[in-house]
Amino acid sequence: MLRRLMTVLMLVLLAAPVGVAAQESDTPQIDRSATGGAQTLEDILRRQKGEKVDDTFRREAIGGDAVSAPGLGPLGGASDPELWRALRYNEVDVTTSTRGELGKVLVQDGGMRWYEFRQGPLVTYGGWLLLGTIAVLAVFYLLRGRVRIDGEKAGRTVTRFQAFERFSHWLLAGSFVLLGITGLLTLMGRMFIAPYLGREANAALLTVSKLIHNNVSWAFMLGLILVFVLWVWHNIPNRTDLVWLSQAGGIIGKKHPPAKKFNAGQKLIFWSVIVLGASLSVSGLSLLFPFEMPLFAKTFGFLNDLGAPGWVGFDPLPTALAPQEEMQLAQLWHAIIAFVMMAIILGHIYIGTLGMEGAFDAMGSGEVDEAWAHQHHSIWLEEVKAKEQTATPKDGMPAE
Amino acid sequence: MKSMLAAFMAIALIGVGAHFSLHALEFSAQEVYSGPAVRVD
Repeated sequence: MLRRLMTVLMLVLLAAPVGVAAQESDTPQIDRSATGGAQTLEDILRRQKGEKVDDTFRREAIGGDAVSAPGLGPLGGASDPELWRALRYNEVDVTTSTRGELGKVLVQDGGMRWYEFRQGPLVTYGGWLLLGTIAVLAVFYLLRGRVRIDGEKAGRTVTRFQAFERFSHWLLAGSFVLLGITGLLTLMGRMFIAPYLGREANAALLTVSKLIHNNVSWAFMLGLILVFVLWVWHNIPNRTDLVWLSQAGGIIGKKHPPAKKFNAGQKLIFWSVIVLGASLSVSGLSLLFPFEMPLFAKTFGFLNDLGAPGWVGFDPLPTALAPQEEMQLAQLWHAIIAFVMMAIILGHIYIGTLGMEGAFDAMGSGEVDEAWAHQHHSIWLEEVKAKEQTATPKDGMPAE
Repeated sequence: MKSMLAAFMAIALIGVGAHFSLHALEFSAQEVYSGPAVRVD
């Protein structure tokens, strides 16, 4: 079965570039003789349909150098349309009073693509990802119910997380929830709040959201660093993870595979949070200090050098990006990563509260019942017990 | 639960601190990229 799936996947991957190449070669050349080489209705229609149009006939039609000849207008060798075309394609040597690269970009048509993607696929797929995750968790809860502690509770507790570990977790978790809510309000407020509560209310909400989002981000970054430093050694993958994964962690079925301090599922959550959280932080800093930390032109150049776009049949990624385009891409990347992380964290919140009896205690009081610890982290419990025994003298008398 | 409440307090403190610090250092985007000449209030 797996072999068949792999065969289908390989065929799709191999066929994709051929398909793209075939589409490109199938695109008929447009006859522009009727317009003297200028844009035709067919060009416009193709662009509106989202088809690829070779725009060099416009990009390069920007007139000649200015000629200081008597009788010519003040624009020299370029007509008004040619000048605007040069501005639109960023081909003109602009001098501005700001004396920076940012001010030189007078027309930036990438903004429209960003806006359409932001209002369209980003909100649609992102929103459905979150709602879908909640629906899947609800169905899972109805089918599986709560993961209970088998048998009686031991009545003795063991310290699962120290106070500082819990503080760091909640620093990260609390800030993430705030950032998630304010981020969603910023992205979706105009579409889902303004029509019902009015634009004024939405504007007030956005102002507060921006204030919270920008400033709470520092707590998130601090929490991320603390959590990484505290738990990275416990989250190095090992062989027990394979056993845990093969038994789906005991969540499906009745088995309780052995685990150390963190099981394979928790390790997946940990590394997801670290990697996605770091990416969120970097793109967030790029947004927080606009135009100071461009990320994408160099990254795209690196990916192009590797040939990565070609692996999936894409053209090389653009490496000459306007400062504004850098910001637009940073915003989209920030939001996409945030949606993925929110979906993962919804699963984490579910299993840490409603999904598993006794799980919240680990981060609430820090003390968990020994029966729970034995069921979910048996190796870790044995290690803790062994440490306690070595710390206590054998005869039970205090050491002198 | 004390750790959780302490963390939430820390989030509020860090947030307020960041707000005033960035403004004091004139690091906010509003101060870096605009001024009275280009803002319509």
